[in-house]
Amino acid sequence: MIVCDIFNYHMSIDLKTIKHISKLSRISVDEKKAEKLAGDLNSIFEFIEKLNELKTDNVQPLTSVAETTLKLRDDEVKSKNLRDQIIKNSPQENEDYFVVPKVIE
Amino acid sequence: MSDITKQSLSELIKNIKDKKLSSTEVIKAFVERSEKSKKLNAYVTEDFSAAIDKAKKFDENPNLDLKLPGIPIAVKDLFCTKNVKTTAGSKILNNFIPTYESTVTQNIWNEGAILLGKLNCDEFAMGSSNETSFYGCVQNPIDKDLVPGGSSGGSSSAVAAQLTPITIGTDTGGSIRQPASFTGIVGLKPTYGSCSRYGIVAFASSLDQAGPMAQNVRDCALLHEVISSYDEKDSTSIDFKRNNYVKELTNNIKGKKIGIPKEYRVDAMPKEIEDLWKKGIDYVKECGAEIIDISLPHTNYALPTYYIVAPAEASSNLARYDGVKYGFRADGENLIDMYEKTRSEGFGAEVQRRIMIGTYVLSSGYYDAYYLKAQKVRKLIKNDFDEAYKKVDAILTPSTPSSAFKIGEKTNDPVSMYLNDIFTVPVNLAGLPGISIPAGHDAKGYPLGLQIIGKAFDEQNLLNIAYAMEEKIDFKNKITDWWIK
Repeated sequence: MIVCDIFNYHMSIDLKTIKHISKLSRISVDEKKAEKLAGDLNSIFEFIEKLNELKTDNVQPLTSVAETTLKLRDDEVKSKNLRDQIIKNSPQENEDYFVVPKVIE
Repeated sequence: MSDITKQSLSELIKNIKDKKLSSTEVIKAFVERSEKSKKLNAYVTEDFSAAIDKAKKFDENPNLDLKLPGIPIAVKDLFCTKNVKTTAGSKILNNFIPTYESTVTQNIWNEGAILLGKLNCDEFAMGSSNETSFYGCVQNPIDKDLVPGGSSGGSSSAVAAQLTPITIGTDTGGSIRQPASFTGIVGLKPTYGSCSRYGIVAFASSLDQAGPMAQNVRDCALLHEVISSYDEKDSTSIDFKRNNYVKELTNNIKGKKIGIPKEYRVDAMPKEIEDLWKKGIDYVKECGAEIIDISLPHTNYALPTYYIVAPAEASSNLARYDGVKYGFRADGENLIDMYEKTRSEGFGAEVQRRIMIGTYVLSSGYYDAYYLKAQKVRKLIKNDFDEAYKKVDAILTPSTPSSAFKIGEKTNDPVSMYLNDIFTVPVNLAGLPGISIPAGHDAKGYPLGLQIIGKAFDEQNLLNIAYAMEEKIDFKNKITDWWIK
């Protein structure tokens, strides 16, 4: 199986970084979970660092495999009166609105 | 007819068209077998009584001109089905009932098929063993406590165990081909853009494709013909002329050039996989095809590229699960606290891990080093295939580096789990079609698959090669019904 080479440079993800990412991801993590995640992410990033072996300065990034230009369409309303359908799966609603915890004091 | 569930799709269609079987008889047979097979945990949601009602209605005035007249089908629980719960294998969608239908499933109903239920899968299709599903592991019908592969594990288990004659899965990095290989069935990942992604719960949008899974190549071709369509609701859907894949199916592949990439001979590949590959090469030669050695030099970089691109896209796609508009919501002291608790309690460990990786590689200061780098390497990987296809018509490789493993064997080591997809991931990164066909057994009697990779939009050629090889291989799946008492 593929074994990653050992690099001079390897980013280590510490608990502080995990806390930062968890905040950006809007996923709460406690200490125990943060430690587990740090371990997992470090082994995954060690694996990912393999890409640094390649020189890519003159390579154009691939953004889409489907080499087509996006089609244009008329800007018109096609579906109507979807309110009930849209609100139907909401965990909490009040007639026309999604209800969330109070945001403004 | 006692052995209805043993029949292939093509046989069932013929029997329904010849009026030897009614849709109701067929549906009831598959429902009955599914009821007896709960131990496999292949279904998340059963829709059996509705299926029987629909079959009765079909039989009252059967339209036998349709491609799937009154045929039962259970589908992966990643496809939105109108008024039928769709969970994506996640707790966060455990109460989600779509008010719309995915294009791919709509295409299936338009041809007369009837929904049996929704099949288990890894949570948001993130996994290679079906063990990340909130709804529990799925058993591989080949042997007890063996994973069925993933993420389309409920789908592969259900087809191999004959709980449904055919199914559809989705494939982002191997999620159709790897489970097909682990259960001894055929699975096709079509060219990116041939099947609409509308109404499929999104994982990594530049890689996701729906595709058929079946007992044999012909059935796979038929289902592909039904689901492949241009759809204006998916901006990456491609408007090209689709073939009549079944009508044009032929085992004549004389003169076709088949490439053998040397980089797929990975270290520590079990000898039986190496032998299987050699056997595959002999079979295509016997069919009159020509073998050409090729090189795909960036193969070893495909997995690391994938584990940047896929989590990055996933972290964006899964931002929509916020406990506000649909799905599970946890209580929180304020809005942010509600978001954080909802996502922490609603997503499983693997999904959280991937969201974190994706968020990190897209975060300020790291974007160029990771995401942009991966997109550049992705280009190199695609270039490898473009070069190879100047010399060959298709490429033959093993589907997976091993046969199915035991439940729990790899759950503690994410990287070793990811290595399962080493032969399948490059195909998604390049947007190409790939098919896995069962090709033999290992010493334990577990099935092994071979993968054929085609040129973009050349599914016909791919299916023809698979069809010719299938005839030579003459594979018999060893299903003992061990789970039925």
